[in-house]
Amino acid sequence: MSAADWPQEVHGALKGAGVRLVGYVPDAGHKQLIELCQADPELHSIVLTTEEEGIGLAAGAWLGGARSVLLMQSSGVGNCINALGMVRECRFPLLMLVTMRGEEGEFNPWQVPMGRATRSVLESMHVTVRRAEAAEEIAQSVTAAAQLAFDRGLAVAVLIAQRVIGIKSFQEEAAS
Amino acid sequence: MTETLHRRAVVKSLLAERRDLLVVAGLGSAAWDCTAAGDSPLTFPMWGGMGTAAMLGLGLALAQPGRRVLVVTGDGEMLMGLGSLATIGVQRPENLAIAVIDNEHYGETGMQATHTAHGVDLAAVALGCRFRSAHVVRRPAELEPARRALLGDAGPILVQIKVVAETLPLVLPPHVGVRLKNRFLQALLGETAARG
Repeated sequence: MSAADWPQEVHGALKGAGVRLVGYVPDAGHKQLIELCQADPELHSIVLTTEEEGIGLAAGAWLGGARSVLLMQSSGVGNCINALGMVRECRFPLLMLVTMRGEEGEFNPWQVPMGRATRSVLESMHVTVRRAEAAEEIAQSVTAAAQLAFDRGLAVAVLIAQRVIGIKSFQEEAAS
Repeated sequence: MTETLHRRAVVKSLLAERRDLLVVAGLGSAAWDCTAAGDSPLTFPMWGGMGTAAMLGLGLALAQPGRRVLVVTGDGEMLMGLGSLATIGVQRPENLAIAVIDNEHYGETGMQATHTAHGVDLAAVALGCRFRSAHVVRRPAELEPARRALLGDAGPILVQIKVVAETLPLVLPPHVGVRLKNRFLQALLGETAARG
């Protein structure tokens, strides 16, 4: 499997971890993974208006016995902060896959502050952070994160480095 | 009989025949109301996460399509999560109902007026978000039909119930989050599920 196939590998990793619900706020970096999840009749994909909704969705799904994942970009992490307090207090398992913005190759300077703060914000709210720097690492990181989340009851985020996503300009994004 | 509704009596009547109903109680007075009506392991009262009660209801409804899920929350809490009505309207789970206990005030913080006091219509928002039905209840005679709709009609359904703004004695549910989660899991899914 080539490095470009990471969304397919992650989709397989999520299925292997028993995930049934996929909440997402779209990010260009998650485009293929979202499409794979939407096309999968065994997965229920839920488009959110803001990432904070996804925290409630994951908590409710767990109360009902279902495993879920949240897909978002790093800017969305900031929208989750207060809701993560509930996750911590109740020890809800939580699996987040976060595509990074504001890093190497970023074309939008307004993405930089939240990109810089993403890890520390998550860690401040007791979310365990794993980072994938290369496409080949992502699915393995997701499998490990899912085990930490669902078997040990932790909140875990996998940050996917922006250079893996590799979008460098508005033109490229529009054409993708 | 007076022509106004009081929140404790309203919630008590909504939950009077709850049977196997799953209940999410939104932060603040709505959670105290649910506790005053009779605490249950199948009620998940929220002590935080303001604005996410309806989304907990959605997650629960999607995970348990065979069970009825009722979110009981206040107008302030619902206003903080207006986007979740749009998200629910895309999914349209038939087993999800939301009762907004609308006193038009933030009751826990000094009774400041909320947006609904200025005419913001949550039922209209829900209809605009593709809820199968939504309406406002103002009088005691309308409560029993609303209760039957919340527990039986195809969802998603939202009923906005206008109640008197009053400061009532606190009736607090257990507050340790892990305990609230585990008792719910145990009651719904059995002993092994609650061990996680």
